[in-house]
Amino acid sequence: MNETSRAHPEYNYKVVRQFAVMTVIWGIVGMTVGVLLAAQLIWPELNFNTPWLTYSRLRPLHTNAVIFAFGGCALFATSYYIVQRTCQTKVFSDKLASFTFWGWQAVIVLAAITLPLGLTSSKEYAELEWPIDILITLVWVAYAINFFGTLVIRKTSHIYVANWFLGAFILTVAVLHIANSMAIPVSFTKSYSLYAGAVDAMMQWWYGHNAVGFFLTAGFLGMMYYFVPKQAGRPVYSYRLSVVHFWALISLYIWAGPHHLHYTALPDWTQSLGMVMSVILFVPSWGGMINGIMTLSGAWHKLRTDPVLRFLIVSLSFYGMSTFEGPMMAIKTVNALSHYTDWTVGHVHSGALGWVAMISIGSIYHLIPVLFAQPRMYSTRLINIHFWLTTIGVVLYIVAMWISGVMQGLMWRAVNTDGTLTYSFIESIEASKPFYFVRFIGGCFVVAGMILMAYNCYRTIRAPKDSLQAEPQPA
Amino acid sequence: MSSFWSIFISVITLGTILGCFLLLRWCLKNMTGVEEGDDMHHEFDGIVEINNPLPRWWTIMFYVTIVWGVIYLALYPGLGNFAGLLGWKSSNQDVRSLEESRAATQKALENGELVEYDRQMQQAEERFGPIFEAYAKRDVKDLANDPEALKVGQRLFLQNCAQCHGSDARGMRGFPNLTDDDWLYGGSPEQIRTSLLQGRQGAMPGWIDAFGEKGIEEIVAYTLSLSGRKVDPDLAQAGEARFAACAACHGQDGKGNYAMGAPNLTDNTWLYGGSEKAVTETLTHGRNGVMPAWKKILGEDKIHLLTAYVYSLSQDE
Repeated sequence: MNETSRAHPEYNYKVVRQFAVMTVIWGIVGMTVGVLLAAQLIWPELNFNTPWLTYSRLRPLHTNAVIFAFGGCALFATSYYIVQRTCQTKVFSDKLASFTFWGWQAVIVLAAITLPLGLTSSKEYAELEWPIDILITLVWVAYAINFFGTLVIRKTSHIYVANWFLGAFILTVAVLHIANSMAIPVSFTKSYSLYAGAVDAMMQWWYGHNAVGFFLTAGFLGMMYYFVPKQAGRPVYSYRLSVVHFWALISLYIWAGPHHLHYTALPDWTQSLGMVMSVILFVPSWGGMINGIMTLSGAWHKLRTDPVLRFLIVSLSFYGMSTFEGPMMAIKTVNALSHYTDWTVGHVHSGALGWVAMISIGSIYHLIPVLFAQPRMYSTRLINIHFWLTTIGVVLYIVAMWISGVMQGLMWRAVNTDGTLTYSFIESIEASKPFYFVRFIGGCFVVAGMILMAYNCYRTIRAPKDSLQAEPQPA
Repeated sequence: MSSFWSIFISVITLGTILGCFLLLRWCLKNMTGVEEGDDMHHEFDGIVEINNPLPRWWTIMFYVTIVWGVIYLALYPGLGNFAGLLGWKSSNQDVRSLEESRAATQKALENGELVEYDRQMQQAEERFGPIFEAYAKRDVKDLANDPEALKVGQRLFLQNCAQCHGSDARGMRGFPNLTDDDWLYGGSPEQIRTSLLQGRQGAMPGWIDAFGEKGIEEIVAYTLSLSGRKVDPDLAQAGEARFAACAACHGQDGKGNYAMGAPNLTDNTWLYGGSEKAVTETLTHGRNGVMPAWKKILGEDKIHLLTAYVYSLSQDE
């Protein structure tokens, strides 16, 4: 364990530091926009009659900021750290590392400018227009060269499992981004997709679901495979489980996209394949959760004293819950109830806040002291408060959306004895309003926790040398 | 789909599932060369991995989902052109119009095919059709005084009409208020029914090319004067001279014409706004109002009931 706090001057920590700090900053920005959107759904006048602040423009800003700015920076930071430490070598190229940092920040800033201006390709989770798409491609190729280059020059004989997942994530995201973003530009700020109709929809959700599968799952499983055993100080539970769940996960995930298009113009056979593969996918998904949680066997008591470990393990519980919920929602009969309702929104956030954000937060708390050569974080108490704020916030959020979503689904399908629908659409919106308020409160909890985290990180980074003493570890 | 693609899809689908199965079988055996429970003899930055066997309950779940997946793909469409043993279809997916859809439904029912959408629509028709058939036999004015019938009519209205005309039927800019007894195409039961069955196309041409800005200004003044608004009398007088062009549809007295759907200009009801600015815009660029035809979508029985509901809205005012 002491090894983590020992300085390794041969590693490139600069890029890790940069991305780690930006993770916290973009986390606050992206989640605050989310809370504003949640508030707009209760009080629509909060768009202040300004086109730039309307729900339709801020919503893609929120999704891009939390997925690609917050999640992306967390992945860059941890992957650069993990690949260097587990290969025992410096990163392949410092220049490329620096380019990926500044390039990625440029992409985020451009997104924050163009999306509120209403410049959009209108593809969900891929709204950015073609010049930014090209910049993303360049950054991503540099990232891939740097990551795989580091694997090539590694000083260990094997490649650690975390790097399998990170490698799969980097490679697949490159393919997804390029294929889905293919478009004909008509001006510098406008382009039209190369695909049309149902094919376009299929491309979109092949990309969209694998943004979930490879960006938000495989990448973060890579993070999990390093930080959970490291923070727990325990060996990974089962090597064989990691082999089978890695290969099964990446070969099944790529099929799952059509479950976003059940009961649409997509051909029946495509819908069936999406559903079947999604259901089988449930089992390898849980493989990762089992391997992470069982890594704690013999060290469960550490959960009582270590809030960072608690972040990591609770994130795995949310991961397990979302990866059960997802395949279930992919079944057509369940989807007939859940589709287009708030249930989907709740499902996404149990994954995005419960799994992605919590594993990232835990990992960043682990990283900050190491990167800035401090023995520990400034305040463990604040980490603990952050943990509870996040947990309560996420639970409020997803429970509110479950109730609201199932209620909407039931109201939309309720039929009178004469065959007419019992409720008009607006009645279902009215019924959801109290739950929108609960969701808003949940979001405020999460943002409050992120602000505490920023303060805690700032105090840790700025702490004078030797002012923070390592806490005595309970036996 | 050509047979090449059909085979391609089947091969990669079954290949993926079979691959998962073989992978699971392979990892169930201890292929590591290390004893079970021992560590893997390699270490990464202090992390070691143990060679533990796969959890049994997890393995069983994996088998169950694989077997279920294969059975599902045998029963339902999935493997390329193979239609599945049940012959199930969600809908007639290759139709491109309501006519083609009706024809395909007819064919599927005759051949006893299992098309989910057709089956559900037929069940609904058998169950609910007689209710509306009974209403269709009654007079509109009779239905308009039957609270039960109006309740059903209102539900139809909320699901199909409220999107444009509002849930209170008071309309909004560009969509007529149905409660004020001021009608574009007439408010008798027959006229309302025709609007619903066949739809309406309201076309007000733009006049800027014919009259120029000055001319438009004059006509606007005259038009506004018709409903008693204070306007510049000289402009209005000049406008009156030009009004002959408008009279063709709106009538010499400006009271409108149901046959053309030309609005009455002498009252204070304005479909596209009655401000000077709004009327100027209407005259300059023209307007296009579209009421869709509902005959094919709802059928005549339901439209009969909707006619009664819409008719009832302006009866008590």
